[in-house]
Amino acid sequence: MVIDVRDAYYAVGGRAIFSGLDLKVRRGHITAVMGPSGTGKTTLLRLITGQITADRGQVLAFGQDMATLSSAEVYGVRRRLGMLFQNGALLTDMDVFENVAFPVREHTDLPEPLIRRLVLTKLQAVGLRGAADLMPGELSGGMARRVALARAIVMDPEVLIYDEPFVGLDPISLGVILRLIKHMNSALGITSIVVSHDVKELASIADDSYLLAAGRIAASGTPAELRASDSAAVRQFMTGAAEGPVAFHYPAPDYATQLLAADE
Amino acid sequence: MANGSGSVLFEGVRRLGAVTIFLGQLLAQCLPALARPRLVVHQIYNTGARSLIIIMLSGLFVGMVLGLQGYDLLQRFGSEEALGSAAALGLLKELGPVVTALLFAGRAGTALTSEIGLMRATDQLTAMEIMAVDPLRYVAAPRFLGGVIAMPLLAGIFSVIGLYGAQLIGVALMGVDRGVFWSQMQDAVSMRNVTEGLVKSLVFGIACSLIAVHEGYHAEPTAAGVGLATTRTVVASSVIVLLLDYVLTAGFLQR
Repeated sequence: MVIDVRDAYYAVGGRAIFSGLDLKVRRGHITAVMGPSGTGKTTLLRLITGQITADRGQVLAFGQDMATLSSAEVYGVRRRLGMLFQNGALLTDMDVFENVAFPVREHTDLPEPLIRRLVLTKLQAVGLRGAADLMPGELSGGMARRVALARAIVMDPEVLIYDEPFVGLDPISLGVILRLIKHMNSALGITSIVVSHDVKELASIADDSYLLAAGRIAASGTPAELRASDSAAVRQFMTGAAEGPVAFHYPAPDYATQLLAADE
Repeated sequence: MANGSGSVLFEGVRRLGAVTIFLGQLLAQCLPALARPRLVVHQIYNTGARSLIIIMLSGLFVGMVLGLQGYDLLQRFGSEEALGSAAALGLLKELGPVVTALLFAGRAGTALTSEIGLMRATDQLTAMEIMAVDPLRYVAAPRFLGGVIAMPLLAGIFSVIGLYGAQLIGVALMGVDRGVFWSQMQDAVSMRNVTEGLVKSLVFGIACSLIAVHEGYHAEPTAAGVGLATTRTVVASSVIVLLLDYVLTAGFLQR
């Protein structure tokens, strides 16, 4: 098991985000973590990468309990991870080439010709070798995400984490990212964790799926198993129905009463 | 009322503690940051060289005003030949370090805060952490060092240009003898006065850079949060500079 979250509890300002969360990521698999907005998907990634620690329970990365590691050891774990951020999070004062070269320059003493070859190889893999000299501000959202993906894989990580990789992408960019995730996994053997609420896209690539709701795993299994689930909450999420256990409306006073009060 | 002032006091102590801890973390990263001089030199350029125009212009005008006011005051006592020494001491010991620090807070300090705050808001700092690169070492420490090194240099330039401005008014406009102006200055100014100005500008550099970097690093990752942090940088830096100026002046006068 590459990542193993065991009975994790985490609260912010007295509000429980996770209460007894269990999740396992198998080596070489694509694991999808789905759930409605605000269920703590990004918080889960912060737990896995050691940016925050669980109040109770354990988060094991490569067999090491993240809560007991020193900051140097946490950095050691992170060097085995790559992460694709929702907005790319490219460093805005560097061009595309330097963004991808950044982790290599920071962690190795490789000679410049080798760094150049390595970066160009990764940019070629995401189809942006020709954009090496552009600044992040000159890229579209989809291009920025592909550059961020090249940066995430430049150090050949064992695990690649994708935070909402499909948000706001046009169909072509979405298809490209989807194929890249699958390719990274099958060709390079990278374990992938994909956090998203795009059910259809995830179902086409995921080996294992987890559905997050109310601070714990509401359902898990293959995408097909999730679709066949008897649970009303799982069915509502998988089919995108407005009516169901997960309320569309935020708690509010009676609609008619509030409108009449506004008239008065 | 008591509760209100109590919470303000508590918040003040909490922030002071947070800034002190941050300073400790920053200092621990300064040596590793110095090992990569390219980053520090780039920040000296950003905070120092890019502030040169405003510093030189302000220095010139402050020096000219000092020349006018100083001449007006001194000629009442028939001591207008002391204009050179008055202008030099005023600029080196007081106006140079203080005005430079206030201008630095307004130009370079706000730029530092908003830059780091935006890096926080756009996940750039988090991305560095995930890439196992400590943003304190890569982003905060070089900017802090850049500010600390740039401030005394800027204060020196401010004082030199200010002296030129005072001389321009005193000698060229008011008719003070050029030889008397410079010789009086040479007699009155000692190395101790220069050191006083240097120490002040170094302390102000540490304070202003620390506040700017701290506010940016801990800014709420929203547009309003970055704006608020930038405002706090200017306000806190200005107040701290004036407070420290009093403490340092009192300290130097007692020696």
